[in-house]
Amino acid sequence: MSVELFRVDDRLLHGQVVVGWGQPLDIQLIVLVDDELAASEWEQEIYRMGAPPEMTVLFETVEGAATALESYRLDPRNSIILTSDVGTMRRLVEAAGVPTVNLGGIHHAPGRTKRLHYIFLTPEEEAALLAMAERGVRVTAQDVPAARAVPLQELLASEEAR
Amino acid sequence: MSERGGVEVAQEPDSRGISAIVLGHGDFAGGLVSATAQITGRGSRLLSLSNQGLSGERLEEALHAAIAASGARLVFTDLPGGSWTIAARRVQREIPSLVVITGVNLPMLLDVVYRDEGEVEELARRSAERGRSAVTVSQLSRAAGEGEGGVSGGASRGGAHVG
Repeated sequence: MSVELFRVDDRLLHGQVVVGWGQPLDIQLIVLVDDELAASEWEQEIYRMGAPPEMTVLFETVEGAATALESYRLDPRNSIILTSDVGTMRRLVEAAGVPTVNLGGIHHAPGRTKRLHYIFLTPEEEAALLAMAERGVRVTAQDVPAARAVPLQELLASEEAR
Repeated sequence: MSERGGVEVAQEPDSRGISAIVLGHGDFAGGLVSATAQITGRGSRLLSLSNQGLSGERLEEALHAAIAASGARLVFTDLPGGSWTIAARRVQREIPSLVVITGVNLPMLLDVVYRDEGEVEELARRSAERGRSAVTVSQLSRAAGEGEGGVSGGASRGGAHVG
């Protein structure tokens, strides 16, 4: 089947991902790309406990995910690749062929500007997203499948939009 | 016979503190607490939080703050794979006495607000049991003509009398 979604979401595995995207896309494999998580057994257990039984959760470093990406593409299961921040996704984009990036949830924090009610970005994060777009990656913001995918240019032009 | 005046009964609720924290998506947790309040008058025994607009890190902070403020050691979450559940399990690492129940429903909370004394483990076990047993599937049997055979269809329509 295929990798259905490359997503940036600071909640990583949660309801919107497991149910909101997981159900309509028939997702059976979720890869959490996070160097810290990949090294922490107890944190992995927390995420594994939360996943429904039909869903396999894998933990990879950026390097590991880049190497294994082709195997996810060839895997009979549909998958979602998740990072919790823009920086990690940028590293993955630079290390492997990533066609699209979905911004699913980057919440309020100091230094960030509100772009959508679920997307807040620092200037550095915006620059990183633009760099990805320049490499030919299609970057959009979309929290759930029923929402409209907002293109990066439109996202960065909108302030306090809802 | 003792007098059971409305005023006396109404005084009972708020005498004790928070029994549990309810964590949900959207307005779900607040809705459950509001429903509990409507039914029992004991909504103030529960604290509700929504995950709307909060990052994973902020969820943990919010839960820590709620636990510190309320002293509650029982936490209900709506979705086993949801962000609150993940956050609650992380907090559990720091507060091992915290008990987390996933899949919260109204009967669970109705049980908890009446039984907020004793061990939190026992309270949690009972509450989860209540919640589980409240989930039932009820369906009237199809009319005899719709089924494969008239006899079995007719028999199952009898419900409890089928033997």
